[in-house]
Amino acid sequence: MYAQMITAEASDEDPKLLEEFQARIDRDEKIEPKDWMPMAYRKTLIRQIGQHAHSEVVGQLPEGNWITRAPTLERKAILLAKVQDEAGHGLYLYSAAETLGVSRDELVELLHEGKMKYSSIFNYPTLNWADIGAVGWLVDGAAIVNQVALQRTSYGPYSRAMIRICKEESFHARQGYHAIMQMAFGTPAQKAMAQDAVNRLWFPAIMMFGPSDSESVHSEQSMQWKIKVRSNDDLRQQFVDQTVPQIEYLGLDLPDPGIKWNEERGHYDYSDPDWSEFFNVIKGKGPCNVDRLNDRTNAWEDGAWVRDGLLAHGRKKAAARTAAE
Amino acid sequence: MADNALFQFLLRMGDNSLILGHRVSEWCGHSPVLEEDIALANTALDLIGQTQFWLGLAGEVEGKGRSADDLAFLRDAWDYRNVLLCELPNGDFGQTLMRQFLYDAWASVMMGRLMTSSDERVAAIAAKASKEVAYHVERSGDTVVGLGDGTEESHARMQAALDYLWPYVGEMFDSDEVDAAMVKAGIAPDPASLREEYDALVGKVLGQATLTIPTDTFHHKGGRTGYMHTEHLGHLLCTMQWLQRAYPGATW
Repeated sequence: MYAQMITAEASDEDPKLLEEFQARIDRDEKIEPKDWMPMAYRKTLIRQIGQHAHSEVVGQLPEGNWITRAPTLERKAILLAKVQDEAGHGLYLYSAAETLGVSRDELVELLHEGKMKYSSIFNYPTLNWADIGAVGWLVDGAAIVNQVALQRTSYGPYSRAMIRICKEESFHARQGYHAIMQMAFGTPAQKAMAQDAVNRLWFPAIMMFGPSDSESVHSEQSMQWKIKVRSNDDLRQQFVDQTVPQIEYLGLDLPDPGIKWNEERGHYDYSDPDWSEFFNVIKGKGPCNVDRLNDRTNAWEDGAWVRDGLLAHGRKKAAARTAAE
Repeated sequence: MADNALFQFLLRMGDNSLILGHRVSEWCGHSPVLEEDIALANTALDLIGQTQFWLGLAGEVEGKGRSADDLAFLRDAWDYRNVLLCELPNGDFGQTLMRQFLYDAWASVMMGRLMTSSDERVAAIAAKASKEVAYHVERSGDTVVGLGDGTEESHARMQAALDYLWPYVGEMFDSDEVDAAMVKAGIAPDPASLREEYDALVGKVLGQATLTIPTDTFHHKGGRTGYMHTEHLGHLLCTMQWLQRAYPGATW
């Protein structure tokens, strides 16, 4: 079904329907699953929601990397609760995507075949314990900036999923900041770990908003349809503005010498990240792309016997019920 | 002696949930299906939560100022008091769920008994844990049935898991002087007294799973006394305790 959508020609669509659709969007009406929608709108949403769901699922891996090494029982419990939330977000988002006519299994297959992406941030490694704090604070923090905006997105099921997810994400960001605060105010070795984490994750975090709007392939149409409600650069600026004072509060060095308060703009200036790195990671050349995807495909393949076994048992039970009736 | 016996008993309870919770948490992001990732993280989370209570109380009873974290992260293998079953490697998903079921069934019977403990603190922890454990045993039991009575392959894997794990079940019902002191004080039941109820529960579920319980009654032991753990525990502790050992005295 998804493959068919990709080849569908938008130009076949009735101009009157398209016009009415745009008018609904302009009136800020939510589009619901049974409503008519342009094929390209459907396709864009499947791509975006599917990628978002995959990101939640793959995002378990860099955090799972530290669950077994969490330094206290409380930190271990918090991290377990957090990854459990992430997996739950994956579930809601796959369900939201299913309302557009694509199954979770189809999406997972596209991910495993390398035909769908997940957020590039998860292709970076978590190397010391402070990275777990930084993932909550910077990575989830950046995700929240984006997702708060997406609560107003035009597709009803996606908008509602975002509202629910944002509530949990704000807990994630707070616990992350608290974890890194313990380290920044801790021993010199802990402070060094915190600095190392911020230095490594700063640019990948600000790259999460995507390339500048002038370079972004999908931006213009998505804005018109209110799939996207604020520009990449706007969101990035908001994130920088809220995060720089937090770094200063921690007493850590700023990870970018270009960060300076600009009185005239009323915002912080910052250096543009190295976008060639971003495009390389998207193309599969990030530090962890191969390992992350192998982890997921191996988990799926190793688990085939479990899924088959449970399915077979379900059929036997259903057959026994039918025979008894 | 009475306090030391209580301390040992509490370590046994807390170490079981800590070590098993740690093992289960190793699955993060690698389950056969997303719902199982959620369920395993949830199980691990409950077990770590129970650990905080058991080891917290253990530290209090010991009276040397050791916290639950001190006990979890700064004891070496010979001071651990979990049954061997909990420290065995995850193996495949079937082995993990079979291990979980064999433990959950014991925990569900045990928590029921501990709810009437003469020690109110023990009774309160058991009351809270019993709700979680009731859910765990239902879920692990259903999965064992589903996979045992699934395909030929899933059946074979579950039978292999049961054959591997069954010799570790008996240790949960061993008794020694610590248990005798707990029985005398009305704090905890004699482990041997749980066996009948356990066998009835496990027998029913494994029967529905079309699996065969091994007839050999031999069982391994040495975990709950600390006399002889498996080689697996040391590696688990290396991972779990690394930060606390490498950076002593830091607050996290």
